[in-house]
Amino acid sequence: MKYLCLVYLESTKMRAVPDSECMACSVGLRDSGVLVAAEALQPIETATTVRVRGGKATITDGPFAETKEQLAGFYLVDAENLDEALEIAAKIPPAREGSVEVRPVRQLDA
Amino acid sequence: MTDITDISRTVEAIYEAESRRVLATLIRLLGDFDRAEEALHDAVRAALEQWPRDGVPANPRAWLVSAGRFKAIDTMRRQKRFDPLESIGDPAEVLSTDPLEWTDEESVEDDRLRLVFTCCHPALSPDAQIALTLREVCGLTTEEIARAFLTPAPTLAQRIVRAKNKIRDARIPYQVPQRDELNERLDAVLRVIYLVFNEGYAASSGASVVRHDLASEAIRLGRLLVQLLPEPEAMGLLALMLLHESRRAARMSADGDIILLEDQDRDLWDRTQIAEGVQLVERALRSRRVGPYALQAAIAALHAEAPAPADTDWGEVVGLYDVLMRVEPSPVVELNRAVAVAMRDGPAAGLALIDALIARGELKDYRLLHAARADLCRRLGRVDDARTAYTRALKLTRQEPERRFIQRRLHELSR
Repeated sequence: MKYLCLVYLESTKMRAVPDSECMACSVGLRDSGVLVAAEALQPIETATTVRVRGGKATITDGPFAETKEQLAGFYLVDAENLDEALEIAAKIPPAREGSVEVRPVRQLDA
Repeated sequence: MTDITDISRTVEAIYEAESRRVLATLIRLLGDFDRAEEALHDAVRAALEQWPRDGVPANPRAWLVSAGRFKAIDTMRRQKRFDPLESIGDPAEVLSTDPLEWTDEESVEDDRLRLVFTCCHPALSPDAQIALTLREVCGLTTEEIARAFLTPAPTLAQRIVRAKNKIRDARIPYQVPQRDELNERLDAVLRVIYLVFNEGYAASSGASVVRHDLASEAIRLGRLLVQLLPEPEAMGLLALMLLHESRRAARMSADGDIILLEDQDRDLWDRTQIAEGVQLVERALRSRRVGPYALQAAIAALHAEAPAPADTDWGEVVGLYDVLMRVEPSPVVELNRAVAVAMRDGPAAGLALIDALIARGELKDYRLLHAARADLCRRLGRVDDARTAYTRALKLTRQEPERRFIQRRLHELSR
């Protein structure tokens, strides 16, 4: 069974835990064989939302706004830039029912 | 001494003409807005120091780009954080390229277009798109933009900083969109330009002088876009703005009261702007890829070309609205079409169309619908209905000159 562990932080505490500590944690988990993938994210200001309605993708600044929508899954993709990432996101099937938030991954300062 | 004053005047003139181009190219070479802006300032400072001594270089643009890039790389080396975006390529390669190669006319114009599309990227909020375009493409200061949009300067500065951070952190590419997505992305650019224009055009009181500058700024942007990307809709938008702007001197009285199109002194209309607008409309229509901006411009051109209100070809106006309804149907277009039908076939015909809109529950809080309905009732002698509709419009308007206009009409009705 795979489990997704989601990390939540207030915006002011985004950097409260040292990157080196996070890095050590993920290395430890990887070595013990339980880690599939782990990434830190850029702050919410970098988020972009894609919705597909009637076959047409709409792109808006910011995270998803519909309070009724819940996290239903995730894709970690490798793209050249935001345009490519948005193109991929628009092809994720639930984009036509709900929304897909695209947030860049942040490199940890090791 | 005179020489130095002359030189600094020359630098100023060159800065005026070239700074936005130099900036657009530096953003591509350095992969970062802030770094490019800093580099541009450093380059201008260097020019002010060196040109009085060594003379103005043969190609000032290439000199500024080269100096800016050199200074930036120097700074980055000292800070040891030379981490350019992948899109700008290998630093060594960038370093070895001949400055003349990346400042030739074609690549510089490409850079300007890249800058426009990046500033109007849909992943940025609409407010940020406008602020960033005015700041980076037009070179307005943050304070100027804040004043024009009646926004506190710190709020606006914050908006611009946030947008630049998102471009960097989310890696919004510095590129002109591919052909298959160009039309959609061009729509976003045109929308930004039109919003800037309307913000200036609709300005009616208070800081109106500053805000009128926004209309001219939008027209300049429109011109730039037509020059860089002569798409029919870009021409259509430029034509539409010019044709609206041509009536600026005639659409308000000295007291700031609204003068309706039919009552305007047509001698005050700017013939040069009309001629340019009409010519652009014709070019756009000839392309056979006609969009909503070109159609609206074609309608504006029909008004502009009529020597007197009675000479307006209302049949043609209605015909263009029919096409517009097919290309981009909306209740507002339907309302405008109804007004044109009223002019062609009489007020009763127009009123029937407006009442049909109301019956469908469309635009029931749109002040211009009630104002148009009031006017048609007034023309039909249905005084009570006219009064009710004007009162409704009055409740919905927030603009002072509109309020005064409606009150005047109500006053006339009660006589």
